[in-house]
Amino acid sequence: METILSVRDLNVAFHTFAGTVQAVRGVSFDLKKGETLAIVGESGSGKSVTSKAIMRLIPNPPGEITKGEILFEGRDLVKLSDKEMQKVRGRDIAMIFQDPMTSLNPTMTIFKQIAEGLKRHQGLTGDAAKKRTLELLTLVGIPNPEARLKQYPHQLSGGMRQRIVIAIALACNPKVLIADEPTTALDVTIQAQILELLKDIQQKTGTAIIFITHDLGVVANMADRVAVMYAGKLIEKGTVDEIFYEPRHPYTWGLLGSMPRPSDDRTLDLPAIPGTPPNLLHPPAGDAFAPRNKYAMKIDFEKEPPMFPISETHEAATWLLHPQAPAVEPPPAIRELALKYRPDSAFAKSLLKGGQV
Amino acid sequence: MENRRKLLEVKNLKQHFNIGRGRVVKAVDGISFDIYEGEVLGLVGESGCGKSTTGRTIIGLYDATDGDVIFKDENVHGKKSRKEKLKFNRAMQMIFQDPYASLNPRMTVGDIIAEGIDIHGLAKSSEDRNNRVYDLLETVGLTKEHASRYPHEFSGGQRQRIGIARALAVEPDFIIADEPISALDVSIQAQVVNLMKKLQRERNLTYLFIAHDLSMVKYISDRIGVMYQGHLVELCDADRLYENPVHAYTKSLLSAIPLPDPEHERTRKRIIFDRPTSGPVGKSTDDTSIPPLREIEPGHYVSLTDAEYEAYKAQLV
Amino acid sequence: MAEQNMKMEQYDSSLFQQVELNEQAAERISGKSLNFWQDAWMRLRKNKAAIMSLIIILILSLLSIFGPMLAGRDAYEQSITKAKLPPKVTGLEWAGFDGVSTLGEKEINFYETKKVEENYWFGTDHLGRDLWSRVWEGTRVSLFIGLMAAIIDVIVGVTYGGISAYNGGRVDNIMQRIVEVLTGVPNLILIILFILILEPGITTIILAMTITGWIGMSRLVRGQILKLKNQEFVLAARTLGASSTRLIFKHLIPNTLGTIIISLMFTIPGAIFFEAFLSFIGLGLAPPQPSLGTLINEGYRELKTFPFLLVVPSTVIVLLMVSFNMLADGLRDAFDPRLRR
Repeated sequence: METILSVRDLNVAFHTFAGTVQAVRGVSFDLKKGETLAIVGESGSGKSVTSKAIMRLIPNPPGEITKGEILFEGRDLVKLSDKEMQKVRGRDIAMIFQDPMTSLNPTMTIFKQIAEGLKRHQGLTGDAAKKRTLELLTLVGIPNPEARLKQYPHQLSGGMRQRIVIAIALACNPKVLIADEPTTALDVTIQAQILELLKDIQQKTGTAIIFITHDLGVVANMADRVAVMYAGKLIEKGTVDEIFYEPRHPYTWGLLGSMPRPSDDRTLDLPAIPGTPPNLLHPPAGDAFAPRNKYAMKIDFEKEPPMFPISETHEAATWLLHPQAPAVEPPPAIRELALKYRPDSAFAKSLLKGGQV
Repeated sequence: MENRRKLLEVKNLKQHFNIGRGRVVKAVDGISFDIYEGEVLGLVGESGCGKSTTGRTIIGLYDATDGDVIFKDENVHGKKSRKEKLKFNRAMQMIFQDPYASLNPRMTVGDIIAEGIDIHGLAKSSEDRNNRVYDLLETVGLTKEHASRYPHEFSGGQRQRIGIARALAVEPDFIIADEPISALDVSIQAQVVNLMKKLQRERNLTYLFIAHDLSMVKYISDRIGVMYQGHLVELCDADRLYENPVHAYTKSLLSAIPLPDPEHERTRKRIIFDRPTSGPVGKSTDDTSIPPLREIEPGHYVSLTDAEYEAYKAQLV
Repeated sequence: MAEQNMKMEQYDSSLFQQVELNEQAAERISGKSLNFWQDAWMRLRKNKAAIMSLIIILILSLLSIFGPMLAGRDAYEQSITKAKLPPKVTGLEWAGFDGVSTLGEKEINFYETKKVEENYWFGTDHLGRDLWSRVWEGTRVSLFIGLMAAIIDVIVGVTYGGISAYNGGRVDNIMQRIVEVLTGVPNLILIILFILILEPGITTIILAMTITGWIGMSRLVRGQILKLKNQEFVLAARTLGASSTRLIFKHLIPNTLGTIIISLMFTIPGAIFFEAFLSFIGLGLAPPQPSLGTLINEGYRELKTFPFLLVVPSTVIVLLMVSFNMLADGLRDAFDPRLRR
């Protein structure tokens, strides 16, 4: 498949009173046409900063893209002027934010907010704009769209508001849609509806989606490919099946393990990752996850692990993949899933032999 | 369960808020449940269903519009002397939702944890006070070096544990945990849930654990109540709720949770619940639309209309 | 597997030994612990304009106390023979402090014509009073009025706003209606009436300014407390059984202090300026009492012939206004919780 967006060695820093925070440290990934790439991580992992950097929405000061390129259809977005970037934003790449309440203007009607982008990027006004707005509202599943045109955001429920936000983002048929935790502020039942809507829209319009989230359940539901971030770095990426059924990085294991599953024995403790993510003012030497990693080796505290390729589509940054590393036993939940769904994978076979690689 | 002592009885509790111009929001509209000593009752529902208001009304942060809260055979609402109130404050504590807003930014962590000790005069000397604070910090997995630091230096999960230590300082029997994990990352949620489970076992605590989705609650709850628009619509044993959800709303909640399993997600069927009322949730509830609870099997209470109940019985046969 | 095809760098095998996980280490916080005030001071220190302003305010305050003593002259002592001497400072002749003034077309050295031996650093006024002493005396009076007005505003405003917000409900309702009535009265008329009834003087001016001056502060504090009152840390203290006193002094006030201080810093120059304005239009302090306002008023009459009489007190008031405002701005940035992590 054709690559539409390519991020190469992206570095973003924030200059604060206390010092420089390296929020994103050398992130690279490709987004292919029509696919959904999920970027997963905990708060402070740099996943949101990465998405804002692509949109060039990092406030400067204090933020700054210090290194790297963001290639969109061959153009490096980092080098564009603010004016050129404004044309890209909304028309080619659109963004949906977490909080539908604050991403809508409370003093403007729904129609005006949607029509704004139509006018700016496509020159649509009057009846043409109205027609397109109604189309969009129908597309995002808003019942009785005609009546909604003159309403204000406060007259709508949270789920409806997020649909409006999505309609605004879709107004100009963007090639890439960045969704930054679009369902985190919503209730589970509403979340389910919005996720279904996004998948539905992707099928109809063929737009590529970068989906930023901390919820692995949502990832399993939405993603074609997954990139896991920790402390400003990508630590594992692969197809959704590879990440869930053949994960290699201990952090991915930890994340997967700490997710509740209905089949679990509820009297047992949940497997948790101990400790807290590192402070990126003073990132630790070596592997940033090492202090919380129960599989940590000496080398993790000294040298940063490179990305080890596992398959065409799958790579992970952990020293456990080095041939010299000892075989380790992943947590039971990981083992169980791998053996259940991918018994023929190399990962599952190595598990049966008593450990990984 | 039945032969255990009831620690808390909530009887027909109502909490209506007057929001001006004669409009009233019935945040909690007549709910009743019991909590037995040593058990954990989970209270689940979506935003605006009244679950947090229920917790806050029980502990007396709001004056109830109607109904009774009986704690250890004493009605806790109504006029009381300061001494009686303090006694009640020691026995019932709360853990809050927002780890960023629940700690006073101008106080050191040591002073925050010691607040209850100071108010109730539990420490014999300042040395005793410090030792108690250090013990509490260690209980929640922090160290005594943390006592002199300020909240903004801690991560969300650490702050939430400080909030837990603050509640434990007065040695309560009953803790209301108001969505203590919903603002935290998944891996940290597990830490906090595990810590709360451990404390419950070690100190024989009773919890009312409020949460907005069903996925984490079952790890800590013995029984779970599901709230919808100010009413309790289903209440039963935690395992049973997952095995046999009866109310349509419970089913829709359970089916909406995305699981970290792509194969499962590809085949998941979502059950859609038709809300009986239109408009934003939580506002202008029509109480006739939600029927009272009935016991459909021992310990399993569901809010069903007669027709729904007949249909349920017919399906069992 | 794929990695076997890749050329792997070989490391010392001891590096691949597993390390015992230290959970305590994962909880450790690096860096020095700073409380709110230390943190704010650290931010303020990096703001050069605010620090310059702070230094200027300190110097002006010190001069207002010790300035008259430096010259050793009394601010009220008149000497007609030495009237209207331009500023003269030995060593600063090049900067205009040469005792020379232009009258008509001619440049005249007044110190020579009037046979005055000693130097008057800022010159003298039409009654021969030493302007240096009068300016610092006046600065002291102005600063005192500004500070007192601000402090009274804070005391009344914080108490009123605090009580109103803390009690809420009907109390709040009644107290806010009273405030609305007070703001409805045009305060300049109120002040003029006040000054007409009472004897003109420092106390009268301070009182006149504080009749309505506290309202802004009370609104600010009310807003803050209303917001804080429902914060979870306050609810937590309530569930622990904290008394009202404890809630107010441990939780509510410490979290409004930043706002109060910033507002105080903006109130002081406001009050100084208002005093100068009242004195300038003749409603302020009565002669011979100097204040920056009365000095400017006197100087303005001699603007064409002896501009220094206007320039010197004006410079001082401008320095004060700008410095206080810049310092307040700096403090606002330093206290701003949005920048705090």
